Formats: sequence, structure tokens, C-alpha cells
Amino acid sequence: MNRQAALRGIIVFIGLLLVWWLITFMGIPDFLLPSPAATAKALWTQRAYLAWNSLTTASEIVCGLVLGVALGMAVALLMISSPRLQRWLMPLVLTSQAIPVFAIAPLLVLWLGFGMSAKVMMAVLIIFFPVTSSFFDGLRRTNRDYLDLARTMGASQGAQLRHVRLMAALPALGSGLRMAAAVAPIGAIIGEWVGSSAGLGYVMLNANARMQSDVCFAALFILVLMTVLLWVTMDMLLRRLINWSEEH
Amino acid sequence: MKSPAIHVKDLGLRFGEHVVFDKVSFTLPAGKWVSLLGASGVGKTSLIRILAGLMPPTSGTITTSDGKPIAGRLAWMGQKDLLYPWLTIRNNIALSARLTGRRSDHQRVDALLSQVGLEGYGDQRPAALSGGMRQRAALARTLYDDKPIVMMDEPFSALDTITRTRIQALAAELLHDRTVLLVTHDPMEACRLSHQLLVLASASGGIDDSHVLEGAPPRAPNDHYLLHSQAQLLQQLVRANA
Repeated sequence: MNRQAALRGIIVFIGLLLVWWLITFMGIPDFLLPSPAATAKALWTQRAYLAWNSLTTASEIVCGLVLGVALGMAVALLMISSPRLQRWLMPLVLTSQAIPVFAIAPLLVLWLGFGMSAKVMMAVLIIFFPVTSSFFDGLRRTNRDYLDLARTMGASQGAQLRHVRLMAALPALGSGLRMAAAVAPIGAIIGEWVGSSAGLGYVMLNANARMQSDVCFAALFILVLMTVLLWVTMDMLLRRLINWSEEH
Repeated sequence: MKSPAIHVKDLGLRFGEHVVFDKVSFTLPAGKWVSLLGASGVGKTSLIRILAGLMPPTSGTITTSDGKPIAGRLAWMGQKDLLYPWLTIRNNIALSARLTGRRSDHQRVDALLSQVGLEGYGDQRPAALSGGMRQRAALARTLYDDKPIVMMDEPFSALDTITRTRIQALAAELLHDRTVLLVTHDPMEACRLSHQLLVLASASGGIDDSHVLEGAPPRAPNDHYLLHSQAQLLQQLVRANA
């Protein structure tokens, strides 16, 4: 990310804070909309509690991201390696997107318990489709001329996949990974809302029930920060890895 | 390296009811440069792709004078330079080694870089090079394995006139003694570089292989014989398209 982009991000952040701060002057009660100052105070006074729960959510997000990306890439590779497998797997990929995550969340908690696995599974479910579809699309759209050249050089199917298709699909996979980084926290938080004993979703639900809007906003602020940081890290990593692509 | 002649007999290609070409027969003489011309859509690219083993014909046979298959003895240059953007120029030149799990020959890559005038650019990515430089790198990649057969599908069409003229001369010099088939739309290019011309007509017209050029390519752009051959070729193309 260059300096200009960072500056734009900071300006947008300050602008949002300013709008939020101005709205709180319109006579809205604190329990409905706490001020930025009240939220900052909650962030400081509840720092240990928030830090511990942030760590739980962050672990769920990272685990979900790693598993979801690995699974999505594996399925895309399977689909490109065999048209027959593609015909069988495509409905599965579409189904994973068609199921509303809110509907499946209680079932996952029921099946996998209140622990981390249900939340990780939710993140996996939400990440799986963008990663699979973008990577498969990239693999499928590999320039035919690149593959022809490899074939005239005697490259095996495996070598074509490893050295040509996989590399040519990296920019498309990059788009899927950026999207995955942006939506992974949603999966984890939905999982925590449905049933958990730790995590930022749990903090929000608890604070909401006790009318502690400042704590709820503090948790929300951390979640936004976490998502932005995750996206920026992913973006920087991808820019470094795919620096040859015009699309990076 | 002994370059074989390639004999094409009764080659046909059809997609359903649509006949692209039928009963096409000709010979690519050993160690000579042959250019294939014809109007757009007559099947020049399909014909060269069949010869390169990239698609099957509907009918006909392709044999070589030494009885060995073309596969494994062929270097291919497509309509674009086809340099892989994720590899450096050096790795692009030694691409065949990477694709077939062999170690790349660094000395050979250096020698080729020098031959095509790209010393100092080996560690650059293709995006950092101009169109002409990229095409020279593609030429070096074509030469890396020292294959006796070279097939090129309009490789210089995207270049400006000056760069194209320079690369044509370089290609003619470096591909000397190989059996070369070049698909081109440019009569000047064909007459400048070839020993023989093939003109492919629409489905029923077959192929005209009667135009044999005298002397050794590359011919100078102002060569009287080249200009005469070019005029003849234009008439041939008009007849084939009639």
C-alpha cells in the first residue's frame, strides 16, 4: 500500500469519526448511540476483557482463513484436473454459497459444540466460495497460447498445471483471497452470536443485553480494525507475491 | 542437427458440415524456410497447429523424411511473444528445461541473450522490455533447445516496420538450416525470408506450392527480385481468393 492510499484510509477514518461524533450531538441517548469518547473510554477500561476476546475471534478468523483457502484451492484444482469431477463438484460449490450462513450457524453449533470449531467452520463456509470460484476461473481462463507453447515443449499435464495454469491463475486467486480476508470475520462473528462463551461476537451480545452500548461499539471498533488490518496484510502480501501482474 | 523434410498428404479439416480445407498436400523441404499465406479464415492457423500437433486433422497424413515424429523436435512461436510474465527473461528462454524438469543451461542462455542482443536484460521481467526486445527474447527461447523444425504463426505481425525488418533478418540468420514454416499475412515478409511460398485457398481450392524463390534469404527490402516475387505473390493471392 503506498503512502497516498494510507493517507486516504486515515482521512476516511477521521471523517467517519467526525460524522459519528456530530450525530451524538443531536440528542440521541448514550445507550442508543455512545459517543466516540465513551467508546474510547470503554476500550481503555475494558482493555483486558476486550483483548482476551479479540484474541479468540482472531484465532477463529485465522484458522478459518487458512482452512477455507486450502479447501477452496484444493477443490478448484480438482475441478480443473477433471471435467467429470468438475460436473460433480460444481453443485457442491454453489450449494455452499446458496445456504444462508445464519440458517446453518445454529446447526453447526449443535453439531460441533460451543467451542472454536463451529466458528472456524462458519468462516470456512463463508470463504470457500469466493476462493474456489475465483481460483477455478483463473485456472480455466489460462491463455491457451501459453498452454500450446508448453505442449510443443513436451510439458506433461502436471507440469502445465504447476508451471503455467497455477501461475497464470494467481491474480484471480488474489482477488478471491482479498475478498476472503474481508468476509472471514463475518463468519466467525455469526458463529459467536449463535452460541459461544468467548469472542467479540459474545462480547457484543452480552453488552447489548446489558444496554452497554459503549462496550458493544468498542468490540465493533476492534472487529473493524481487525478486518482492515487483515485485508491490508493480505493485499501487501499478494502485491509482493504477484508483482508481475498488471492486476495486482 | 539434421533438419527433416515434412510431407503432408491429403490433409483435411472440417467442423461438422463446414469444410475448412480438404485434400491439401505439400512438402516442406529439409532445412528450408517456407511461408504459408492466404486470406483470413482459410485455415492457415489451423493448418500450422495441426502440423505442430496442437490439434488433430479430420483426414490425411503428416510424415517426415527421416521417419521420426515431429513431436519433440519442434520449436513454436505464436502470434504473440508468449513470454510468461511471471518468469524473468532468462527463465523464459530456458522454459523448456523448467517444463520438462531439466536443469537450465545458464551458459547457453547467456550465449543466446548475447546473440539476440539482450545482454543485461536476463534478470528483467518481460513487462520491462519493448515489443521488439520481447520478440527477440521469444526468438532466443525458440533457439534454446536447438530443434530442427520451427513453426511460426505470424510472430512479427505486432511489430512496427523497422523493428520487424530487423527481427526478420535476425530470425533468418539464426534459424538457418532448419525446416521452418511461417504463417504470415505480409507478402514482403514472405518473399524476404522464404525459399518457397504456399498459398492456401478457400475450402475447394487447395494449396498452391508452385512459387519457389531463388537465392538465399534474407533478401534486402529493395532487392529487385524480391519486389518482382512480391508482385507475383499478390496476383497468386488474388487468384486464390477469387
